[in-house]
Amino acid sequence: MRHDHITSTKQLSRGDIEAILDRASDIAADPSAYADRQEDALLGLLFFEPSTRTKMSFSAAIKRLGGDIVDMGPVDSSSVKKGESLADTVRVVEGYADALVVRHPSEGSAQMASEYVDVPLINAGDGAGQHPTQTLLDLYTIRESAGLDGLTIGIMGDLKYGRTVHSLAQALTNFDASQHFVSPESLKLPRNVRYDLHEEGSSIKEHTDLETILPSLDVLYVTRIQQERFPDESEYRAVAGEYQIDADLLSAAKDDLTVMHPLPRVDEIAYDVDETSHAKYFEQAHNGVPVRMALLDTLLEGEP
Amino acid sequence: MTDRELRVSKIENGTVIDHIPGGQALNVLAILGIDGTSGEVVSIGMNVPSDRLGRKDVVKVEDRELSQSELDVLSLIAPAATINIIRGYEVAEKHRVERPTEVSGILQCSNHNCISVDDEPITPRFEVLDDGVRCVYCDTIIRDDLPAHILV
Ligand SMILES: [Zn+2]
Repeated sequence: MRHDHITSTKQLSRGDIEAILDRASDIAADPSAYADRQEDALLGLLFFEPSTRTKMSFSAAIKRLGGDIVDMGPVDSSSVKKGESLADTVRVVEGYADALVVRHPSEGSAQMASEYVDVPLINAGDGAGQHPTQTLLDLYTIRESAGLDGLTIGIMGDLKYGRTVHSLAQALTNFDASQHFVSPESLKLPRNVRYDLHEEGSSIKEHTDLETILPSLDVLYVTRIQQERFPDESEYRAVAGEYQIDADLLSAAKDDLTVMHPLPRVDEIAYDVDETSHAKYFEQAHNGVPVRMALLDTLLEGEP
Repeated sequence: MTDRELRVSKIENGTVIDHIPGGQALNVLAILGIDGTSGEVVSIGMNVPSDRLGRKDVVKVEDRELSQSELDVLSLIAPAATINIIRGYEVAEKHRVERPTEVSGILQCSNHNCISVDDEPITPRFEVLDDGVRCVYCDTIIRDDLPAHILV
């Protein structure tokens, strides 16, 4: 892979993605073969906003490769609280670690941070921007369950602020995938993502309700609509209610429909869906470890 | 002021930027970072009748030859601008502005949650698209009202 830093899925080619997913498959098939691959490697974790899950997943990944973590800890106990810039923080911490993982509330933070460091830097979420490692594990899950080519996928929920949606939609332009976007009018894909899809020659098929396209889908990717995106609670409830699914609704779907969600969910997927063969979201979350192992292993070894 | 009158105030040496859309002269100066504090003599003609543009602005900066790369950023707000470099009252060089591939330190990102508007040691940078600019940090595309985003 030619990239030292992973800040956006836009930088990943089909070949890059497949190489990582292939390695993740190898790892999943025989984790013990990778147990000492990155012995002594230290992964610096800089989480400027809480994200227990992503952080645990990265920690598990580096430890399963034989390495360890150095963790900045919560922001309120760090020098960031004393007003240190992100640029300064990453320049200090790169001296402690062989690679960095950054989660930060501002869009573009990972891109900026990567300009200041020589060790590989991975974006673990930059505001409403990108979340490329989530996308890699999403793609891995899709490849396992439905295959990436000839795919018809519905992406539903908060498409405007959902960074997992932005990363996934851009990555899928590398594959023969038909993407349907289902959201309320006010939460449609942002201009920059539409621009990229357009540039890649993808048609943008948008819908305000799921029903009409549900029977054609191989994958339904559900994301959370947050209350803070709406002026008041009643409006939120009215809109968000339109984008919740349950087992009854899925009876109109293909038998082999795969339902995914980046988690945590609140009420957008009813618990009764968990019991159906459609539910793949826990598997999806588990796939985060082999996929992040594959990515870290690739970045830490340099040229494969 | 007509073209004839403008010719009256011919300058000896410097740069004349012509065919700026009417009303954009001050934004042109802002982009070029010319605010009068460094002492250049600057003359501005605003809303001069023009066959091509209807109304145009003209800016003359004396004793300073602006480089092509300095001037190319003007293409964002004045794509039809023409540049004359004047030496000894004669037009020594004539240029058009060309769209650069990237502009740096000229515009501020419109996304308030972008890292480039935070207190970080970086210069805002934008990729130039066919019909707008795009923040290299947060990807936000600015299409309309570029002058409102000029960094002062
Ligand atoms: Zn920006």
